Amino acid sequence: MPFKPVILWTDALIFLLVAAIAALAWTVRRDEHLRAPWAKVARSRSGMCALVVLTAFVVTGLLDSLHYRPRLEGTGGAVNYGAEVRSAFDALADGLRTRTERTYSAPLATHAFSRESIERAHGTQAREYPRLRHGGAHLEDPHGERWPDVGRKTLAGAGLALALWTVLAMLLAALLAMRHREGIDGALSDLVHGCTEVPWRAMLLTAGALLAVAGPVWVLAGSYHVLGTDKVGQDILYQTLKSIRTGLVIGTLTTLVMLPFAVILGLMAGYFRGWIDDLVQYVYTTLSSIPGVLLIASAVLLTQVWMDNRPELFETVSERADVRLLFLCLILGITGWTGLCRLLRGEALKLREADYVQAARAFGVRDARILTRHLLPNVMHIVLIAAVMDFSGLVLAEAVLSYIGVGVDPSMISFGTMINNARLELAREPMVWWSLAAAFLFMFVLVLAANLFSDAVRDAFDPRMRSSWALPAALRPAQRLRAGSA
Amino acid sequence: MSGLDTLLQVRELRTVIESPLGAVRAVDSVSFDIRAGETFALVGESGCGKSLTALSLLRLLPDAARIDAGQVLLDGEDVLSLPEWRMREVRGARMAIVFQEPGTSLNPVLTVADQLIEVLQRHGAANGDPLGHARALLEQVGIPDAQRRLHEYPFQLSGGMKQRVMIAMALAAAPALLVADEPTTALDVTIQSQVLELLRRLQLERGMALLLITHDLAVVSEMAQQVAVMYAGQIVELAPRARFFSAPAHPYSQRLFAALPGGGEGRGRPLATIPGSVPALAQPFRGCRFAERCDRVRDVCRVRVPELIDVGDATRVRCHLYAPGQVPAAQPPTDAAAASVPADAPAGAARDEALLEVQGLRVHFPIRRGLFKRVVGHVRAVDEIDLRIASHRTLALVGESGCGKSTVGRGILQLLRPDGGRVLFQGEDLAAMPTGQLRTRRRHIQIIFQDPYASLNPRMRVRDLIAEGIDALEVVAEQTQCDPRIDAILAQVGLDAGMKWRYPHEFSGGQRQRIAIARALAVDPRLIVCDEPTSALDVSVQAQILNLLKELQSRLGLAYLFITHNIAVVEYLAHDVAVMYLGRIVERGRVEDVLGGPAHPYTQALLSAVPTLDPARRTQIIRLQGELPSPVNPPAGCHFHPRCPAASERCRIEYPQARTLPDGQVVHCHLYP
Repeated sequence: MPFKPVILWTDALIFLLVAAIAALAWTVRRDEHLRAPWAKVARSRSGMCALVVLTAFVVTGLLDSLHYRPRLEGTGGAVNYGAEVRSAFDALADGLRTRTERTYSAPLATHAFSRESIERAHGTQAREYPRLRHGGAHLEDPHGERWPDVGRKTLAGAGLALALWTVLAMLLAALLAMRHREGIDGALSDLVHGCTEVPWRAMLLTAGALLAVAGPVWVLAGSYHVLGTDKVGQDILYQTLKSIRTGLVIGTLTTLVMLPFAVILGLMAGYFRGWIDDLVQYVYTTLSSIPGVLLIASAVLLTQVWMDNRPELFETVSERADVRLLFLCLILGITGWTGLCRLLRGEALKLREADYVQAARAFGVRDARILTRHLLPNVMHIVLIAAVMDFSGLVLAEAVLSYIGVGVDPSMISFGTMINNARLELAREPMVWWSLAAAFLFMFVLVLAANLFSDAVRDAFDPRMRSSWALPAALRPAQRLRAGSA
Repeated sequence: MSGLDTLLQVRELRTVIESPLGAVRAVDSVSFDIRAGETFALVGESGCGKSLTALSLLRLLPDAARIDAGQVLLDGEDVLSLPEWRMREVRGARMAIVFQEPGTSLNPVLTVADQLIEVLQRHGAANGDPLGHARALLEQVGIPDAQRRLHEYPFQLSGGMKQRVMIAMALAAAPALLVADEPTTALDVTIQSQVLELLRRLQLERGMALLLITHDLAVVSEMAQQVAVMYAGQIVELAPRARFFSAPAHPYSQRLFAALPGGGEGRGRPLATIPGSVPALAQPFRGCRFAERCDRVRDVCRVRVPELIDVGDATRVRCHLYAPGQVPAAQPPTDAAAASVPADAPAGAARDEALLEVQGLRVHFPIRRGLFKRVVGHVRAVDEIDLRIASHRTLALVGESGCGKSTVGRGILQLLRPDGGRVLFQGEDLAAMPTGQLRTRRRHIQIIFQDPYASLNPRMRVRDLIAEGIDALEVVAEQTQCDPRIDAILAQVGLDAGMKWRYPHEFSGGQRQRIAIARALAVDPRLIVCDEPTSALDVSVQAQILNLLKELQSRLGLAYLFITHNIAVVEYLAHDVAVMYLGRIVERGRVEDVLGGPAHPYTQALLSAVPTLDPARRTQIIRLQGELPSPVNPPAGCHFHPRCPAASERCRIEYPQARTLPDGQVVHCHLYP
C-alpha cells in the first residue's frame, strides 16, 4: 500500500458526529413533526446562503480529517512510513505545502519582503530583494510581466469558475426537474425567477460568489503565494485552510462533550428537585464562579506535562498535537455546560408541572420514561439552538486561548496560533499584515456564516418566534388577543 | 336607529389578518350604533372576531392585522381617517379600553399612582393636585384605603383590585365610551359581581356608554341594553336585551341558549350541541357562514349570503328564515341529541357503598426562606377535608380560585403526597401506600385537566398518548390487544379510529378534550377527577363534553370528582356538592339541597353572585367584604368570619365543627346548633 491510514482521535469523533448527523437527518425526514421546523430553515434565504458557505468550510475540514502516512521510497525490503502525518487535503494542496520560501513574502510577490546580503559573482556583496524560489518564478521580467500575468491567470480562473458554476446550475435544474416531474426548461425558469420553495437561486448565487473567489485563487496559487508567506516561508493560504479543521473540531466536539452534561444534569435537576437539584446547582454554581481561562489554562498545562512525561504514547507529532486538541475540547466542554444546564433546569421545572407530565405520573409511568418521552423531546429545540449558537463562540474562544498560549499545540495550525504569530509581525517595520488579515478574513466568514445559520435555526425552532397566526382557523381561546403592548 | 344621541356609529368595518394561508377576514362588514349612556354587548364564542372589533375601534391592532374598509364615527368624526397623533387624543380621552387580564395590563415596576398620573397628565386632566385626583379616582372605583394603595405596586394587589385600577385608569380622562373586553372573565364569581356592579354604577353616574365584549350570556343579561351576536366575523343578530333573551331569532343564538347548562329545564335532558366548528375565515363565503352547523338549513342558505333583515322590535337578523315572504318561525331548536343520552342513573342505588372516602386530608406547602432554606411557614392549601364519593355518582367540588380545590384532586391522585389524613379507595389507604404498590392502584383513579392544549404532549401521536397508560399499567396482556383497545376507546368518546395517527395540534379544543378523556378511560378507571374540564372551552363545545361525561357515567358506572367554579355546570351534572373556602369544606350535601337552600353564609353569597339569564331567578346579591385571605395564615376561628355578614364573637375564636342539618346537609357554621 502506498500509504498507511492514520485515524486520529479527533478524526474518529468527527466522523462519528457526521454519522450521527446523518442518522438524525434520516429520522427527521420520516417524521413530519420534526421536519416542519427544518423545512422552515430551508425556506430562510440568509440561512441557506450561510449553509452554502458553511458547507464549503465543512468539506475542507472533512478532507483535512482523512489522515495517512505516506510510504517512504527506496528503503529496500522493509516497508517504512514517513513520520509526518498528512491528510487528503494536503495531498490535494501538495503544491502549497511544499513550495516554501525562505521567509516573509507579500501576497502575489515575486521578490522577498526584506533585503538580504547576496554574494555577487565577482566577490562583492550587495543587499537587495532576492527573487522568490517559487512565487512568480516562471516570469522572465517580474517587474513588467507580473500584473499582466496575474490578470491573465485571474481571468482563466474566473472562466474555470463560470464553467463549474454552469455545470452546478444545470445539475441542480436537472435534479429539481426530476423531483417535480417537469421539463428541465420549467425547472430552469423556476430557478431563474426564484419561485422555488427552497431559495435555490440565492444559494446558487452564493455558490457562484464562492467559486468566483476560489477559481482565480486556485489558478494563481499554482505559481504565486496568493496570501504571501510567513516567517519560515510557509504559504499563508495553506495555513488558513488548515486552520479551518481546527476551528471546526473545537466548535463541534466541544458541544458534543458539553451536551450530555447539560442535558442529563439539567433535566434531572429540574425534574427531581430535592437533593439532586441542590447537588447539580452546587456543581454548576461553583464551576461558573471559577474564572474559565484559569481553569482551562491549568488543565491544558497539566495535560501537557502529562504528555511530556509519556512520549512513548505518541508515534508522531501530529498524534501528540491531536490529543492536546482533544483535551482542549474536553476542558472547554466541561467548563462550558453550565449555561445550557441552567436553561434546561428552568425548562424542566416548568415542564414537570405541565398537565401532560402530571397525567403521565397519574398513570404511574416511570421517571426515566417521563424524562425521555415527555421532557427531552420538548426541550430539544433549546438544545439545538444552544448547540448551533455556541459553535461560533467556541471558534472565537480557540483563537483567544491560543493567543494567550493555552490553546492548541504550537505545531498545530489554527487561527489562534496564526494570530499569536502575527503579534510580532505587526510590530515590524514595514508591517507584515497579511498573516493576520488572512486569519481574520477566514474566521470572520466562518463565524458570520455560522451565526446567520444559527439565527435561521432559532427562528424556526423557538416557539416564542412562531407567530400565533400560523393557523387562523384554530385560534386558541387561551391566546386571545391582547393589545396591552400596543 | 340614528338619533341625535348616537355616540358611536360603526359602518361596514372590515379587519383583515395576513396569514400564510391568505388574508383572514376576522371582522367582516360589521355595523352597529351605540347611543350615549347605553350598554352595548357584543357576544360570541372565541375566534368570532369580537375582540378584534374592539381593537379596531381604537386602532390598537396587532401588526399582522389591518383595517381594510369601513368607518368608525365617534360623534360624527371618522376615527379611522385620523392621523396617529390625533388618534392618541381620542384613545383614553374619548374612548378607553379595559382588557381581560388585569395581571398583564399593569406595568409591574411602577406604582399605581405613577400609572394613574401618567394617564392624567397625558390628557391634561391633572390640574393642580394629580395625586389627589388619582386618589379620588381610586375611591370612585371602590378601592378601600386608597391613600395607601396609591403607593403600592401591582403585585401587592389582588386580581379584582388590579381590574379596578385598570378601570380607574380608563376613566381618568372621563371618556364618553368605555370598551370592556371580557373585563371579568379572569375573575371569580364574587369579584365578578363586584366589578360588574362597579361598571353599572360608574356608567349611571357619568352617563358613559359601555361596549361590553363577552362570551357569557348571563353577564349580558345582567348588564346590557342592546345585544349583538357575532359569528365567524359577522354580526348575525342585533336586538334589544328583552327581545333577545325572550325570543332569540337567529338559529345560532337559539342553539347557544340551548347549549347552556342550568337553563332551568333540569338535569334529565342532554344539552343541545352545535355540531361542527367555526369555518375557516380565509375562504370566500358563498352562502351563510352558519349553514354547515345549522339545524334549519335550506338550499338557499348555501348559495346566497344572507343580509341583516329587520324583523321589528328594533331587531335585525342575518338569516334567510326571516326573508320577506317567509313565515318567521321562532320555534325552539329541535333536539337531535336527545335520544343518545340516557337519563340520570337511579339516584341512591349505590349510595351506601363509598368508592372513595377522604378523611382529614391535609396538603401543606412549606415556605422556605434564607440561606439554609429554613421552613418559616406553610401554605395550608388543603386543611383537614372530608369527602365521600360513591360509584355512579358525581361529587362537585366548588370554590373560588385559590381555595385549594385543584390541590384536593392532586392529593387524591397522590400526585402530591398528602401531609396528613387518609385517602381510602375501596377501603385501602392510598396516602399510606408505598410507591410500588400504589402503581397497581393507579388505574382505578384518573384525571382530566382544564386546558386541553396543555394536557397533551405536543410531540406524541394520539395513539401513543392513549397507549401510554395501557403500557405503563399493563392493562392488556399482549401488545397485539393494544390497538384494538385504543380504537374502541376512541369510538367511545366519539372520535374516529383513523385519527390516532395524528398529532394533538391537528385537533380543535373540544376534540382534544375528548382525547384527554379517552386517555383516562384507556385504563378502565372507576373514578375520574375532572379538574375544570370545560372552563377553557366555548359554550357549544362545553355542552358536547358535558353530554359525553354524563353518557360515559351511565354506561360505565364511573364516579366523578368534578372540580369547578361554574355553578350552572354543577347544577346540570352533579349529584352531590361540596363547597370549599380557603382550604376547608364549609358545606356539603345533595346538589338540590345545597343549591336550593344554601346554609352557610359563604355558599349563600357565592350563589347570589352567579349571574343568571332569568331575571325572575335573580336575587339580591350578597356583597362580600374584602378579598380571599391568604392561606399562609388564615384568620383565627372560622376562616370566613372577616367577610361574613353574620359573624359573631364566637366565630372569631372557634372553628365550627361539622353540623348535620335535618335534610342531610353538612355545614361548618356556628349559626346552626
